[in-house]
Amino acid sequence: MANKAPQIPNIAEFIHKIKSGEIFSDIAKEITESQLWTSAFRHGYADTPRNRVLQIASNVWLHLHPVKMHRHALRIKFTWCMGGITFLLFLSTVVTGVILMFYYRPVGEYAYYDMKYLQYDVPFGMLMRNMHRWAAHAMVITVWLHMFRVFLTGSYKPPREFNWVIGVFLVTFTLLLSFTGYLLPWDQLAMWAVTVGTNMARATPFLGNEGPFAEYVGVTPRYDARSLLIGGSLVGPPALLRFYVLHCIFIPLIAGALMIVHFWRIRKDGGISGPL
Amino acid sequence: MAQAAAAPKKKVEGVPEKLHVWPYLVRLEFLCALVTIIALTVWSIVIDAPLEEAANPTKTPNPSKAPWYFLGLQDILVYFDPWFAGVVAPVLIIVGLMLIPYLDVNPKGNGYYTYHERKVAIWVYCFGFLVLWIALIIMGVFLRGPGWNLFMPWQYWDPHKVVALVSVDLPYAFGFRDYTWSAIFGGGVLLAYFGIGTGAYFFMERKALKSVGFLRMLLKIQLALIMMGIVIKIVLRIGFNIKYIMVTPWISV
Ligand code: HEM
Repeated sequence: MANKAPQIPNIAEFIHKIKSGEIFSDIAKEITESQLWTSAFRHGYADTPRNRVLQIASNVWLHLHPVKMHRHALRIKFTWCMGGITFLLFLSTVVTGVILMFYYRPVGEYAYYDMKYLQYDVPFGMLMRNMHRWAAHAMVITVWLHMFRVFLTGSYKPPREFNWVIGVFLVTFTLLLSFTGYLLPWDQLAMWAVTVGTNMARATPFLGNEGPFAEYVGVTPRYDARSLLIGGSLVGPPALLRFYVLHCIFIPLIAGALMIVHFWRIRKDGGISGPL
Repeated sequence: MAQAAAAPKKKVEGVPEKLHVWPYLVRLEFLCALVTIIALTVWSIVIDAPLEEAANPTKTPNPSKAPWYFLGLQDILVYFDPWFAGVVAPVLIIVGLMLIPYLDVNPKGNGYYTYHERKVAIWVYCFGFLVLWIALIIMGVFLRGPGWNLFMPWQYWDPHKVVALVSVDLPYAFGFRDYTWSAIFGGGVLLAYFGIGTGAYFFMERKALKSVGFLRMLLKIQLALIMMGIVIKIVLRIGFNIKYIMVTPWISV
């Protein structure tokens, strides 16, 4: 009789399992010992110090990291994770940007209508465009915050002086990336923001046609620092093409190269700074 | 039960200073990335990127604004000629930022947050970043309307708002009417500002001269004086309607 009675789950034991966290290892065991799991993964991952090192050292993407690091550098309160988030946002713009390039032609007659096409006809076109634009704007903000954090922790002090210098180049190129991209939708917002921005080049001392001392150099509106930048005396189709090439090829390559050096220097300078 | 809860804490305290990057850092990075990507995706689903009418070179919008991250510089244009606000100031900002590690020789506060061990450095950076850069951007985005005039958020952006142009040059305010003498007076004021500022700084910090070095101190005070000068000029314009300090046929400041 007693054997046939249905087993009543022991609630107290169950609650104890939840409280102590044992429930997680029970669930993990259920999953990893299931037929589906064992058919896909030939062996488990043994959490040994040697394997922890190998995970980093023998992975092409992860080996940018050191295999061990100081505890303090792990705190989000210390780094705000801002450098990493900046890098992630940069990667997001690369991915979404390449997709946008499939549909966009940097030609005066087409550019604006390609944007419309992207927005209304291309599947997920609007989403790709939004992600590209918002990631770019967010990157500007996060790179400023990253710089602010690095200043507040005094992490530019020896031996990291030069990585700060590389960082200033990076913040400059981040702004230039964003600025050159601003023109590409070829709408009123784009054209006039870039007009306002590039008008400044006209005032470059010596090299801009309205700049101080220009008369001694002999630059003209059609042949000065500004016309070099926008390929003419006003923001027109040549400016669109120039900004496109700068935006999609020239500046990303330089910024990417600088990021590689930036990350390499973090390692060479002894990892993330800390009180020592 | 109480013992079970206390055990992990003890363990954490016993953990060595150096930790494995896998899993401790990689899992944090993964979480950060996840949160960032989700936030970006939600933001992109909810808010569309702007697309106005097609570019039209014959239709200038009023106001014409640079991208928001440059609005601090565009705002400085009110107080300075384009050669300074648009070219020299950005170059000075970039070069000045790059020089920070070489000018700040205070060995303290390397790798941890501290205010007390580097008060001046923190104040200068926060002032430059939060006030001269961020606050001006916020003002440029929200308060600058047609004609680059200031509008409070509750005010109508009247494109025909008339603002009296009553500003005069500093030499004029001091009674100079002759071009040459105005230029000499204005130049004198600038020279005096930088000369006295530099002299006073060197005098005050004379004990540090040997350890810090002459060139470092000179560059430091010049950059500081330029930054303060920008603020002084903004105050002079808003408070006293002064347009230029020095006027010459080539450049005016
Ligand atoms: C595209 C822009 C940038 C990317 C992707 C980037 C990425 C990173 C990452 C991932 C780190 C590791 C620590 C952290 O996340 O805080 C880092 C550290 C660092 N970054 Fe950047 N960074 C950028 C721009 C800058 C800028 C603008 C500066 C300063 C002007 C800068 C200076 C530094 C320094 C000095 C460190 C070492 C910090 C320490 O040791 O505590 N970086 N960067």
